[in-house]
Amino acid sequence: MSKKEKESKIRVVIAKPGLDSHDRGAKIVARALRDAGMEVIYTGLRQTPEQIVETALQEDVDVIGLSILSGAHMTLFPRTMELLKKKGLNDVLVFAGGIIPQEDIPALKKIGIREVFGPGTPTSTLVEFVKKNSPKRK
Amino acid sequence: MFDERKLTELKKARQKWEKTTVPNWVGRHPERKNDFSTVSGIPVKRLYTPEDVEDLDYLKDLGFPGEAPFTRGLHATMYRGRLWTMRMFSGFATAEQTNQRFKYLLKEGETGLSVAFDYPTIMGYDSDQAMSVGEVGQCGVAVSNLKDMEILLNGIPLDRVSTSMTINGPAAMLLAMYVAVGDKQHVPREKLSGTTQNDNLKEFFAQKLCIFPPTPALKMSVDLIEYCARHLPNWNPISISGYHIREAGSNAVQELAFTLADGIAYVESTLERGLKVDDFANRLSFFFAAHNNIFEEIAKFRAARRLWARIMTERFKAKNPRSMWMRMHVQTSGCTLTAQQPVNNAIRVAFQALAAVLGGTQSLHTNSFDEALCLPSEEAVTVALRTQQIIANESGVANTIDPLAGSFYVEALTNEMEERAMKYIDRIDNIGGIIPAIEKGFLQKEIADSAYKYQKEIERRERTIVGLNDYEVEEDWVPIELLRIPPHVEKEQLARLQRVRRERNQRKVKEMLDKLHADADKNKNLMPTIIEAAKAYATLGEITDVLRSVFGEYRELIIV
Repeated sequence: MSKKEKESKIRVVIAKPGLDSHDRGAKIVARALRDAGMEVIYTGLRQTPEQIVETALQEDVDVIGLSILSGAHMTLFPRTMELLKKKGLNDVLVFAGGIIPQEDIPALKKIGIREVFGPGTPTSTLVEFVKKNSPKRK
Repeated sequence: MFDERKLTELKKARQKWEKTTVPNWVGRHPERKNDFSTVSGIPVKRLYTPEDVEDLDYLKDLGFPGEAPFTRGLHATMYRGRLWTMRMFSGFATAEQTNQRFKYLLKEGETGLSVAFDYPTIMGYDSDQAMSVGEVGQCGVAVSNLKDMEILLNGIPLDRVSTSMTINGPAAMLLAMYVAVGDKQHVPREKLSGTTQNDNLKEFFAQKLCIFPPTPALKMSVDLIEYCARHLPNWNPISISGYHIREAGSNAVQELAFTLADGIAYVESTLERGLKVDDFANRLSFFFAAHNNIFEEIAKFRAARRLWARIMTERFKAKNPRSMWMRMHVQTSGCTLTAQQPVNNAIRVAFQALAAVLGGTQSLHTNSFDEALCLPSEEAVTVALRTQQIIANESGVANTIDPLAGSFYVEALTNEMEERAMKYIDRIDNIGGIIPAIEKGFLQKEIADSAYKYQKEIERRERTIVGLNDYEVEEDWVPIELLRIPPHVEKEQLARLQRVRRERNQRKVKEMLDKLHADADKNKNLMPTIIEAAKAYATLGEITDVLRSVFGEYRELIIV
């Protein structure tokens, strides 16, 4: 791979905020995006919003995928989005997945989470979504 | 089991059938697929005959119910005597609300309790610690100290109702609170019955709710096994769990193998404490998933009992038949449920529950059809409980023991499950046991690979999931209101916790926490002091923090 090719790769961090440990989905998403040619960093479990934003900054990512099934999304997602803005990461594409009730989705979109994917979403849908919406397009 | 001459005749007839009858038919009516296999990828033949089980030795491999190797069931009369325990895993919001749900379920015919704790409790945090913000009462009930446990069990007679607690890292702390409530109810300790999950090993590669590093985590599990063997004879100190292994993505063979490999490690570690195998093995219990493929699941449960009996006899030289018992709880598989057309989940659960009963489980949780969307609502949990009652009372399957024994297919598959699981156990032994297998990431990788493979099969439509990748609809019909946990739950819980902190005897709390620190430093069994600390209203977070300071905290080994 040439340096240029490497630089043009979409860089994604898949993050698990919250205390829950359901990482099956997050790992599958990480692997599917990697198989689709992206550079993927998986944070591991129980990341605070501060840690997630720090990773995004350090790794210079284009995209953040948040996965949560604990029910704490209405607390942790707004904090994450606030911190991203504070650090000037306004153009990073953020999407989310997990067990997130339909009725919460409008509020999450309002704070800048571009899309929320529920259980059963094919990984191909995610790959297309990221490719289409990443600030670094291929 | 079969006459050799008859088998030769059968073989000839079968070959003729395959050369004439089958191709004649298949020529005009092709089969639906080229290859048929179970969820675990075990090939499924068109037809099974006595040839597939010709080596089966009835007395050695199957035996009689209530006798080794227990393939046909643990008890002499199985469900003709007593039905399985209907035990619905539940917990949400505050101790008051969960207590109401418990009483509702008992009124509706549930026969045992099962507590789901919230994530802060599971991770050993009090409701008011920084990591708990937003999580209190969301995915289970918040229990930060004895006061919460008193409310949770209010009005429930602990000498008559058995309670299962899904708690691992802090199992000792929650059992200590339970014992304290039992003491307050004047129930003799030997009468307390129930189960603490307390399977810390599977946390490292399956459920991943780890607090301490592997070695102290195993020590905590074994402390409980040892303490119960000596002081709580009716308590199951551990529920060695395949359920989470399966939910994390493993197949049935891996679930079986990794669970028994964990079991082996617990037995070995408890023997090192100087207990004899027959002093504690009868209280080891197990927990499995019931996934979609009915026959594979039945074969798994039967193979599990036989394999464990063999391990206990051959590897650990157990003498008491009860030490060879694999008593199991089964839960239907959460990860098979779909958010799409959620009512269909009730049907999935019914088939999975049927497999568990045909497999001879001692206890069963049936999932609610709304679980891909939220925690179970009262309406959905009632349907789930009714599913068990319909199987028990209407289907007729509980009237004779192990009715699928002797099925050429089920017996062949039972053998196959056992053989394949044994190969994995040998591999883990060769790596040096379960802890090295965890540290090398072997188990994590195996599970992640299986999960990815399963997902890809669904996406390529090689595996049909009704309503998800076939028979889809535009709008999903959800006939009930979903359960939401309102924000005031966290406030109420914090207020109560602060009141307890204010009103308790601070000197006593400090004294017990200091003693715990000293015990942990000296590598003593921690259970007696944890009970004293719980009785003094030391909080879960305070006790866990003392142990964190001695044992350190686990750092996740990330394997994608």
